[in-house]
Amino acid sequence: MANKSSLFQKSLLQSAIKQSVVKLNPKLMFRNPVMFTVEIGTAIMLGVCIWILSGNTTQGSFMYNFIVFLVLLATLLFANFAEAIAEARGKAQADSLRKTREETPAKKVAEVGKIYSHQVDIIPSSQLKKGDLFFCEAGDIIPSDGEIIEGLATIDESAITGESAPVIREAGGDKSSVTGGTKVLSDAITVRVTTEQGESFLDKMIALVEGASRQKTPNEIALTILLAGFTLVFIIVTITLKPFADYANTPITIAAFIALFVCLIPTTIGGLLSAIGIAGMDRALRANVITKSGRAVETAGDIDVLLLDKTGTITIGNRKATHFYPANSIDEKHFIRCVALSSISDDTPEGKSIIELAGLQPQQLSIINPRFIKFTAETRCSGVDFENIRIRKGASDAIKNLCEQAGNKFPEETAAHVHTISANGGTPLVVAENEKIIGVIELQDIIKPGIHERFERLRKMGIKTVMVTGDNPLTAKFIAEKAGVDDFIAEAKPEDKMNYIKKEQAEGRLVAMMGDGTNDAPALAQADVGVAMNSGTQAAKEAGNMVDLDNDPTKLIEVVEIGKQLLMTRGTLTTFSIANDVAKYFAIIPALFIVGIPSLQGLNIMQLHSPESAILSAVIFNAIIIPLLIPLALKGVAYKPIGASALLRRNLLIYGLGGVLVPFVGIKLIDLFVALFI
Amino acid sequence: MNSEILGVLLMYLLVVLLAIPLGRYIGKIFNYEPTWLDRLFNPIDNLFFKLSGINPKTEMTWKQHAIALLTINFIWFLICMLILTNMSNLPLNPDNNPSMSGDLAFNTAVSFVTNTNLQHYSGESGLSYLGQLILMLWQFISAGTGIAICAVVFAAMQSRTVATLGNFYSFFVRSCTRILFPIAVIVAITLVFNGVPMTFAGKDTITTLQGDTVMVSRGPVAGFVAIKQIGTNGGGFFGPNSAHPFENPNYFTNVVETVSISLIPIAMIFALGYVLKRKKLANVIFGVMTAGFLLLCIPSIMNEMQGNKAIENMGIAQNMGSMEGKEVRFGSAASAYWAITTTTTSNGSVNSMHDSMTPLTGMYALLGMMVNSFYGGVGVGFLNFYIFIILAVFISGLMVGRTPEFLGKKIEAKEMKIAMVIALLHPLLILTGTALASFLYIQNPEAYSSWLANPGNHGFSEMLYEFTSSSANNGSGFEGLGDNTPFWNIACGIVMLLARYLPIIGPVAIAGILAGKKYIPESAGTLKTDTSTFGLMVFAVMAIVAALAFFPALTLGPIAEYFSLIN
Repeated sequence: MANKSSLFQKSLLQSAIKQSVVKLNPKLMFRNPVMFTVEIGTAIMLGVCIWILSGNTTQGSFMYNFIVFLVLLATLLFANFAEAIAEARGKAQADSLRKTREETPAKKVAEVGKIYSHQVDIIPSSQLKKGDLFFCEAGDIIPSDGEIIEGLATIDESAITGESAPVIREAGGDKSSVTGGTKVLSDAITVRVTTEQGESFLDKMIALVEGASRQKTPNEIALTILLAGFTLVFIIVTITLKPFADYANTPITIAAFIALFVCLIPTTIGGLLSAIGIAGMDRALRANVITKSGRAVETAGDIDVLLLDKTGTITIGNRKATHFYPANSIDEKHFIRCVALSSISDDTPEGKSIIELAGLQPQQLSIINPRFIKFTAETRCSGVDFENIRIRKGASDAIKNLCEQAGNKFPEETAAHVHTISANGGTPLVVAENEKIIGVIELQDIIKPGIHERFERLRKMGIKTVMVTGDNPLTAKFIAEKAGVDDFIAEAKPEDKMNYIKKEQAEGRLVAMMGDGTNDAPALAQADVGVAMNSGTQAAKEAGNMVDLDNDPTKLIEVVEIGKQLLMTRGTLTTFSIANDVAKYFAIIPALFIVGIPSLQGLNIMQLHSPESAILSAVIFNAIIIPLLIPLALKGVAYKPIGASALLRRNLLIYGLGGVLVPFVGIKLIDLFVALFI
Repeated sequence: MNSEILGVLLMYLLVVLLAIPLGRYIGKIFNYEPTWLDRLFNPIDNLFFKLSGINPKTEMTWKQHAIALLTINFIWFLICMLILTNMSNLPLNPDNNPSMSGDLAFNTAVSFVTNTNLQHYSGESGLSYLGQLILMLWQFISAGTGIAICAVVFAAMQSRTVATLGNFYSFFVRSCTRILFPIAVIVAITLVFNGVPMTFAGKDTITTLQGDTVMVSRGPVAGFVAIKQIGTNGGGFFGPNSAHPFENPNYFTNVVETVSISLIPIAMIFALGYVLKRKKLANVIFGVMTAGFLLLCIPSIMNEMQGNKAIENMGIAQNMGSMEGKEVRFGSAASAYWAITTTTTSNGSVNSMHDSMTPLTGMYALLGMMVNSFYGGVGVGFLNFYIFIILAVFISGLMVGRTPEFLGKKIEAKEMKIAMVIALLHPLLILTGTALASFLYIQNPEAYSSWLANPGNHGFSEMLYEFTSSSANNGSGFEGLGDNTPFWNIACGIVMLLARYLPIIGPVAIAGILAGKKYIPESAGTLKTDTSTFGLMVFAVMAIVAALAFFPALTLGPIAEYFSLIN
């Protein structure tokens, strides 16, 4: 029930009802060829009603014609309502996001050359321009999207993401982006505005949902052509029926012609088509993904290859120390102490995990006059010097070089440990004391729970997953196998991603990737679906065609399913709509001819009450099926990764066979009811 | 009774058994693989190309193929017109038959160039032997055109990106010399040995038992009948077509001719499997077509074998089935089987009068032509089916949540537009044609009373059938329709032209555009088109598109007649 109420809130309903009347404007209606012809039919019926009032007697009773007119009008309103409610829902969702960026005071900072004056002007956020600098400290609401150029702060992004845990954003690197409407919890930052007011992604998304800039996607265009084709067929069928009926001496009323036509053209899908498209974007927004176009969502459903960063997506955060292996002659306690000492000033998550695993008391680690050696890309090791002791830890070949230069041998059992650790997907860190090997630390990646199942699901959808990692091929292979990804790029440089994407695309596949860094921007732009994380750099966000507000790397999987759902909903409702025609024919055709050719009673297999009741029942069914299917159109048809053929079988059974049978039952029931009155 | 059904079963079995190896052979011809007939035909083909100055190795794009096809068809049409309107002044006219009138010649020339072979004349009195020979040649040419253009579509369906699709003239000449000609020779010789005439002498005179003198028409019949059957042409040498004893003398020739009708159409499907190396896809297509064929064929045979209630009520026993309009030497089952075979394959030759079939059999024959791809005409049957595949791929692609693709090529707006226009064309031509005829008739029933032998529902069926037959390029007549009038000649002529060339250009354009697209390798998410589920989908699309558009018209024709008959 909770879900139901969220589908149709009262305020949404009111605005949607109003919109459904506004949308009757033929100019707006013209965008949808199927419903436009219904509108013409409705207008003709109105004319017939007036004609009868002015004395015509050939078209049946006024009441009957008037009811047909009303039902047709209702059909139009229902279709408009479907579109309006989808728009209203999207707007409501977007508005709640927009609320977070209402007018807030901005502390504008003047820029003087390369330094900033500490003089702060307080101006409304709406007056901030692209390129302006502003300052935020603990307790401030960030007035606009931007990029931190100085400082570090903890930020509460729950207004956007719904996630209550604060996040850290800092200048430089890939986590420098802040979003308007979020709140600074501690520290202070200086931020440069990166977008003009009204041009943020969110603004674009709102415009998309509101329809101002909504363009039909390629699939939508192709489907509209199909539906227009079916509409044309039935225009031909209805028009040619006039001379046929004249030949057979069975005059047909205008109401019957219009009813036949409206029932046969695919009004169900025609009425729901735009609602389905908008609902797709709504669902993306609900998943906290901002799409820059409807097309991107649709493309996501077609993705063949998915590029995922290892860290954060497949494995939890960073590597952790899991084992210490002292060399043969070394006392374990001594080894552990040396290891811990070398990591005291190591702020990396790996360093911290080593201290954690060592589990020593702080007093055991007190040393005099330590000199800490920082890790550099050149030495590829770090460590500490104190008294006469030099402890180094680092990549095995770096430490090996170090020791061998000093004339010490690299012990065989250490070499064996190094190899075993690598082969098991771990990263070995070799530790030396005064250029003598004392042991190895094993760092291991922790694979996220449940990730294996998600990849399995992707595989069943026909999507190949590719892990991107800076690890060496051996480690990468192990993790790839353990996590269940299909392929991996080891020792990846930014251009490797790009090349991989290009290679797959050249073979005709569609590639999706997720990224956050400026490095990722070219690859994000090259990928068919590029999802940038909201925490990522501005460049990344510009390059991708979606932005994930949650910064959740597994979000791509959801996006793919939303895309698939979107196409499936269109396909199944088209099938349903066309399959309905079988029953409608059996209701209307006997009704048309039975007066002139009584023997055609045999075709009235539903045993409908009278020609008038049959025609009314068919148009009423045709009208009310639209609102009945609105919830399905908005929620989307459930996607099940059971393989394309099984899925087709399933949907064909439900929507194809169901589409043939349901109207037989529906029309018969409505006829039983209508028969009470005529 | 049972032997009649057995006969039908054996005919079907025979055609499938022959079509499998023939399909392989046709596939080899299109793949330019060596066959044992090469030694005979290579010099002949080369002679043709040398004489015409065509280089058969020039690669063509789909547009060039379409232009080549249209150009040579237009020239053939002009030649045909010229001869038909001047036959009385040309040689080979022993019976002194007159030249054709302009509108009849237009209708006949169009009819034979388009592989329809609707005949608004009677061969005995309407054509000289030169006219017959020209029409015989045209039956080769139009069939060869269909097979050649189908080969172009096969070439376009390869699993890679291609810009050019072989040479049209080469495909055309190979289709005529290596496929149609050898089979026609075999069929013709079989017929000659069973008494079908093959002579250039004029009418023979015989004295009957009563002592009357009767003039009997004859001519080069066997050759004519052979190509008419195997090229899904259907234009008979004599007015009554294969019901005439000189065209189809006995049960054995009836078997040969029936098998000939659907031999190449079925073989083309197996050829597709061979050319594309997609046997499974070919099997699915064959399965869908066969299901449709059987659904029309089985009830028709049952209806005809049951006999006609109305005639039974008149006191005439119906224990041989409904025999009105049928030949005793074939029986009701074989006649019904022929009727459905000839209408589903766009052949249009008849061995009984379709006008006299029970109402529902008439409807099944109509449906066969309305769908026009349960095997369909040589080559073009598959092209029609291809449109249905595109529509089915599109809808089912959406249903599995993926941009629709067929054999690794994405189906987008442009292809849908073409497919939809072609799918629309058939109902448009049939319904508007029939509507126009109905309109004219009710405006002035007196003036047009010669049109309809039977007024009422049956008369409506006669008009509907004529336009359906023209639009399906079938050529069979419901008869009972006075069709040699300027209205029917010209209207049907226009319908035949549009219904022949647009449904050829459409699929070639789609296939050509798809061929140039990027090839997408298959994944687990790709909808496989060689499965029975997809076959079912295609069948549903065909059934719905045909049934939906024609249901009202059929209701006023055969269905109304059926209900009035049982009441």
